[in-house]
Amino acid sequence: MTTPAGPGELPGPGPGGAPARPPVAERRLHPVTPFRRAWAPVTVLAGWAVHDPNAAQEQLTRLTGTMLLLALSVLVPAAGLYGFLSWWFTHFAVTDAELRIRTGLLFRRTAHIRLERVQAVDVTRPLLARVAGVAKLRIDVVGAEKKDELAFLGEREARALRAELLARAAGFAPETAHAVGEAPARELMRVPPRELALSLVLTGTTWGALCAAAVVPPVLWLATHSVWTVLATGLPLLGAAAARSAGRFVTEYDWSVAESPDGLRIDHGLLDRTHETVPPGRVQSVRIVEPLLWRRLGWVRVELDVAGSDNSVLVPVAPRAVAESVLARVLPGVTVPARTSRPPRRAGRCVPVWWRGQGLAVTGAVFAARRGLLRRRLALVPHAKVQSVRLTQGPWQRLWRLADVHVDTGAGKTVTARLRDAEEAARLLYAQADRSRTGRGDARPDRWMA
Amino acid sequence: METGSPAETGVAGDEPVWRGLPPGLLRMRRLLLVVWAGVLALLAGVLPGLLAGPAWAACALLPAALAAWGWRLLGRNWGSWRYAERADDLLISRGVLWREETVVPYGRMQLVEVTSGPVERYFGLASVQLHTAAAATDAAIPGLDPAEAERLRDRLTELGGARSAGL
Repeated sequence: MTTPAGPGELPGPGPGGAPARPPVAERRLHPVTPFRRAWAPVTVLAGWAVHDPNAAQEQLTRLTGTMLLLALSVLVPAAGLYGFLSWWFTHFAVTDAELRIRTGLLFRRTAHIRLERVQAVDVTRPLLARVAGVAKLRIDVVGAEKKDELAFLGEREARALRAELLARAAGFAPETAHAVGEAPARELMRVPPRELALSLVLTGTTWGALCAAAVVPPVLWLATHSVWTVLATGLPLLGAAAARSAGRFVTEYDWSVAESPDGLRIDHGLLDRTHETVPPGRVQSVRIVEPLLWRRLGWVRVELDVAGSDNSVLVPVAPRAVAESVLARVLPGVTVPARTSRPPRRAGRCVPVWWRGQGLAVTGAVFAARRGLLRRRLALVPHAKVQSVRLTQGPWQRLWRLADVHVDTGAGKTVTARLRDAEEAARLLYAQADRSRTGRGDARPDRWMA
Repeated sequence: METGSPAETGVAGDEPVWRGLPPGLLRMRRLLLVVWAGVLALLAGVLPGLLAGPAWAACALLPAALAAWGWRLLGRNWGSWRYAERADDLLISRGVLWREETVVPYGRMQLVEVTSGPVERYFGLASVQLHTAAAATDAAIPGLDPAEAERLRDRLTELGGARSAGL
């Protein structure tokens, strides 16, 4: 693909009119970007063929080779042209306070993303992009859409842009932000592949999917004696099992968590490398998950919620002590409560056996609710991140003088302390509202270096 | 103005001062109930009465009974709604069988909305809805006097601005 214009070109005399303020240096994405679109029809066809092999074969026998080639020779250049034009009309610029993305061939779209609202910055490098030496950059803000990502940028450019965006978001002066460079990082933990593989072997869902894939097709064969039915159900089941275990292994391979003044850095992936930077004070809630089979090994999984971010894993697997030390860096001043208080015994009348899995602990810094008997989950919400507190009570719970307390966080997650004593819950409701107000007072500013 | 549940808590101190909803909402809901139940009762009485014999016109009693039950339900539900403005947060309490009490700190409010549909406007009512960054926050007060709704909106936005905190 030819590159008709350099990256520093000024915005053309578009119909929208030239900007009157001092010109902002607009840049284009990496020239490899159009190829992504050129391959779209081919991948769509391939995906369809894999998804529905029956119909694909039928159609293929009807089509001749020349027709197929002809169709592709029309489709690929058309898609390539579309890709080229959409690349040509996509610009981005970094100003003092915003990242601006201007895009769209027919429907113009301009997104201005405020940097102090940044919740996380992701740099992903899918396998093919790694070969081509490019990367995607995405800024997570509340309400950002999938198309607000910068795909693709040169790898070095993406790293420099990330450093610049973070420096500006942190509150460095605009003149120096360019030169601040990447903040030094200190590694907190790294998951060894063996540990990850073993943890996946010890996951119940992997075995559930495998068992289903092993049992269902033979049963169907006995019932229907139709190869296609067996294949049509067996393959998706196997695929689901593979995606559950192998897919998770591939994405969570070489998981490392590091700490830097810019916040938390999470790197992972075997084929597709993904990097995420979560600035300080952006974590809304954290969950420590302890599946049944991991308990003997003392391993846990830590999940986190950041508003607007897709990633929800902080540590895929680690010994409890390591996980808690990472957690202490993520939520400064927070210690994981060792004990949680159970609901009163009469809660068994509302939720028979499982009431024993419920628990609640409130410390000076977090609201922690536990649930689950086999797969234990402890959810932690810093008081400063509480958006609203609710108390609910159904008729049956009223009979047993019980109530639930819900704590809503900004990432759209709600943490619930279930089956508390009604009076305790009422006290908790007001106390929690007070705590979240005072907790907010000493929270760090949005611009964390300011 | 008459209120649904006059402040039950006579205790002084930092106990919140609860306010109920004005009777307009109850009047509107009951009127709608009676109108719809009347239409249904007419249908249920006339159609079987004509098709199957006059004795079947007694079917009209069913919607009537339902309406009587609904009349009481609406009254209890209306009476259960109350709200209180504290120094730093807004409390909303509602529900008879399924009770819910919500606390929203002023500093967390992202948006305060006052809405009023055509029927509500006819009855001189308006609803106030609060939005925070959490989608689960379900804080709405229906059936307020428009003047009160506007006062509440202005006060909430003013307090929200003073105590603002982002995510």
